Amino acid sequence: MSEVITPALTAKDFATDQEVRWCPGCGDYSILAQVQRVMPGLGIPKENIVFISGIGCSSRFPYYMNTYGMHSIHGRATAIASGLKASRPELSIWIVTGDGDALSIGGNHTIHLLRRNFDVNVLLFNNQIYGLTKGQYSPTSEANKITKSTPFGSIDHPFNPLALALGADASFVARTMDRDPKHLQAMLIRTHQHKGASFLEIYQNCNIFNDGAFEIFTEKSSKAEETIFAEHGKPMVFGAEGKKGIRLDGFKPQVVTLGEGYSADDLWIHDEKDIFKAQLLTRIFDNPALEDHLPRPFGVFYETDRPCYEEMMALQLEDAKARKAPNLDALLRGKEVWTIQ
Amino acid sequence: MVRNQEVLQDVVIKFAGDSGDGMQLTGTQFTNNTALLGNDLSTFPDFPAEIRAPQGTLPGVSGYQLRFSSDSIYTPGDNYDVLVAMNAAALKANLGTLKKGGKIIVNTDGFDSKNLRLANYPEGENPIADDSLQSYEVIKMDVTKMTREALKEFTMGTKEKDRAKNMFVLGFLYWMYGRDMESSVDFLKEKFEKRPEILESNIKVLQAGYHYGETTETFTTTYKVEKARMEPGTYRSIMGNQALALGLIAASQKSGLPMFLGSYPITPASDILHELSRHKNFGIRTYQAEDEIAAISAAIGASYGGALGVTTTSGPGMALKTEAMGLAVMLEIPLLIIDVQRGGPSTGLPTKTEQSDLLQAYYGRNGECPMPVIAASSPADCFDAVYEAAKISVQHMVPVIFLSDGYIANGAEPWKFPTEESLHPIHVKFKKELGHHEDKFQPYVRDENGVRPWVVPGTKGLEHRIGGIEKQNITGNISYDPANHQQMVKIRQEKVDKIAEFIPEQKIDTGRAEGDVLVLGWGSTYGVIKSAVLELQAQGKSVSHAHLRHLRPFPKNLGELLRRFKTVLIPEINNGQLIKIIRDQYLIDAKGYHKIMGVPITKQELIEEIGNYL
Ligand SMILES: Cc1ncc(C[n+]2csc(CCOP(=O)(O)OP(=O)(O)O)c2C)c(N)n1
Ligand code: SF4
Ligand SMILES: [Mg+2]
Repeated sequence: MSEVITPALTAKDFATDQEVRWCPGCGDYSILAQVQRVMPGLGIPKENIVFISGIGCSSRFPYYMNTYGMHSIHGRATAIASGLKASRPELSIWIVTGDGDALSIGGNHTIHLLRRNFDVNVLLFNNQIYGLTKGQYSPTSEANKITKSTPFGSIDHPFNPLALALGADASFVARTMDRDPKHLQAMLIRTHQHKGASFLEIYQNCNIFNDGAFEIFTEKSSKAEETIFAEHGKPMVFGAEGKKGIRLDGFKPQVVTLGEGYSADDLWIHDEKDIFKAQLLTRIFDNPALEDHLPRPFGVFYETDRPCYEEMMALQLEDAKARKAPNLDALLRGKEVWTIQ
Repeated sequence: MVRNQEVLQDVVIKFAGDSGDGMQLTGTQFTNNTALLGNDLSTFPDFPAEIRAPQGTLPGVSGYQLRFSSDSIYTPGDNYDVLVAMNAAALKANLGTLKKGGKIIVNTDGFDSKNLRLANYPEGENPIADDSLQSYEVIKMDVTKMTREALKEFTMGTKEKDRAKNMFVLGFLYWMYGRDMESSVDFLKEKFEKRPEILESNIKVLQAGYHYGETTETFTTTYKVEKARMEPGTYRSIMGNQALALGLIAASQKSGLPMFLGSYPITPASDILHELSRHKNFGIRTYQAEDEIAAISAAIGASYGGALGVTTTSGPGMALKTEAMGLAVMLEIPLLIIDVQRGGPSTGLPTKTEQSDLLQAYYGRNGECPMPVIAASSPADCFDAVYEAAKISVQHMVPVIFLSDGYIANGAEPWKFPTEESLHPIHVKFKKELGHHEDKFQPYVRDENGVRPWVVPGTKGLEHRIGGIEKQNITGNISYDPANHQQMVKIRQEKVDKIAEFIPEQKIDTGRAEGDVLVLGWGSTYGVIKSAVLELQAQGKSVSHAHLRHLRPFPKNLGELLRRFKTVLIPEINNGQLIKIIRDQYLIDAKGYHKIMGVPITKQELIEEIGNYL
């Protein structure tokens, strides 16, 4: 802990003098605002915060954060952050990436970052489209999507980002949305608090190329019925009146109405620590257009404690040093030498 | 029994066998023993791309060439005096390079009908049974039989016993060259510390080989090569990749920067990763990334955080790193990109040497993307050259490409190693606070050398953003202004050009500073050019040799130096790369000589080529 008492920071301290250049109405604005809002409360010295992004609309983010920042190249923010974290474990590193950036060109680095469990925060701005390149489908776009590059509909099967992250053994996975500032803030804080690689998927509206992609989850008229906000230790309840819930029939989640033969005790109790239930939860990924679909879950799906890469790396170095003090002369000399007079 | 001892000046031995025969180990063991005797030496290991190519076949032959001498030598030699052939394929693959009258030590067991067939000898033909080897001195021994015999009291299986065959050959050669076997006994003791039976059997067979020479009356002569007249001092034997790793550790220690290596395994660069991974006690972080892009990206992240960021690879990996190199150029942060070249393009010839990537290093990126390029000229030179590369990178805030190749990487030579104290320090300055006249930190403000400040995250009050998008001069903010882009392109180029003021002027390595022919080289052709030029000079020819370590920028005086010769000849193990750059920059009609066979140029080939211009 530092001895010097510095005046408390405010959201304003995290804004830069750079003009924010997203399209008016873009969901990125809300995310930026919430990030700036939660930062002062995290208690991290500003100089120890680093935002690293790839390329995409979302990846402009670091320019608007008055911290250290790098706007790198497409897909590689995760890889760059890995090297930075490995050599500077004390820094608070935030990766800002898009669905194309993290899951298409950078998919490989994303899964490896998660399995290695660097203590960094991945903010995936998922707008289900390539925004910066003006509207091609992305690896999270729904099947049959009509875009500039898929005039007859896309034939790609989309990724389920959280299932992918869990499959890569991420130690923290969560989902939130740009249009719910409170939940977004809460999730940002949880993301920060988790020690290990945190993967936060943020549904983000691209009002220019994919407007309304998440409308059904974010709009007042449908949100209550179409979403479920999972909370640790609490029954999985949703619906405008809180009368609906999800129960598990064996391994099969099923929507029930409370009072009609079921009480809250019969419901699935969310347990962030349970990997099996977390897997099920990520698999609730139904197309809301289908008649018999489950509501889309939000919240922290899974959190576990697992050693972080950078810590283990530091331990190995310390251990090696304790066993053999570094001696450059001895190293250069090697084992066998001869002398010419 | 009294034997003659003949004193020789120079010996070239080629150890050749199946890739499972342990010839690399035999070669290195004999090399280390030779080094301790104070001979000058040079080696050239040559192995198949497959770990276990089909046994007994020509593609499966693995070889190790060692030359040792009481004179100064610069190459492993064009032709062998002695060929050790563990099987028919090894003989067939190497006979063409054996000197007439040379010795062939054959393992007769490797010449049974199966081995002969696998080596494509015509049915019924056996070179060691007929008179086809008349012009050589053939020493036949049934190594397999004698190895089994020596181990008859051991309980291990025959397959296991046969693994010690190479020790028999090694022991025999130790006898032949009047050596003491202690260095190998010590080596075995360390290697098989935990497997006493294997240790004992290996030593037993080693001794058996030695005694075979001693007691068999047919061998009447042993040979000796006197200590070389080398510069006084203490030496060790070193391989290129090893020297490179040590150079990096030294640079880390002398700069005070913790080193971070991001790497993805690839032949022939992997040994640098292996070597550095062993030295964690020096604070070296090694990171085996998921691919080459991740490897360089992680190194960029580490550099950004204030480490000495390094990435090591070979041609195909270099291609993958391209975009990230461009980012490092834009960020203007230190970074070392080490390319141990091999035959290309694509997967090419993974285990063969080629000066394949100079043009890639020079031009292989999108946009105007200048980076300094430095090349090592020999195994030991890797140490000094990479140390210098690190210094330039951190002092000029610029990513540097370092070129080695397969021949240098795996070759060994004596090295008069430096002491920590004798290494010049590498001063690094981090900017820690605003200067007196600054009210805001400007990441792209420059000093008189065009170098921007290095500010690492964690520095209070200097928070700033950088990135790969074109940036406004001084502020580093995004800028699409046309005039600014032109200015920034020029600034980045000038910064690299300016490094010429900090590197030594180009020297003539051998010969006069003017004359008929200048042989200009870079990288691993150093030894062969020097040898060829020395020989021609001894014949009174007007030939000189200059060798480039700094390929970008070139030393300031290079153009003027080249113009003092009637002909500039540039031999390269590629289809002509340096020659294009030299012609472009200096408008001289340089001549090229290109060998693209995955093997070094021989001295004789080069002498003939130079002769065309004399
Ligand atoms: C190597 C490379 N390939 C392609 C591009 C072009 N490109 C820039 S951003 C992008 C996709 C961005 O989509 P996403 O990651 O979803 O970010 P968004 O703009 O939607 O926030 C592409 C294809 C690039 N910059 N670099
Ligand atoms: S294109 Fe879409 S994602 Fe990009 S800034 Fe505009 S609205 Fe936002
Ligand atoms: Mg997107």
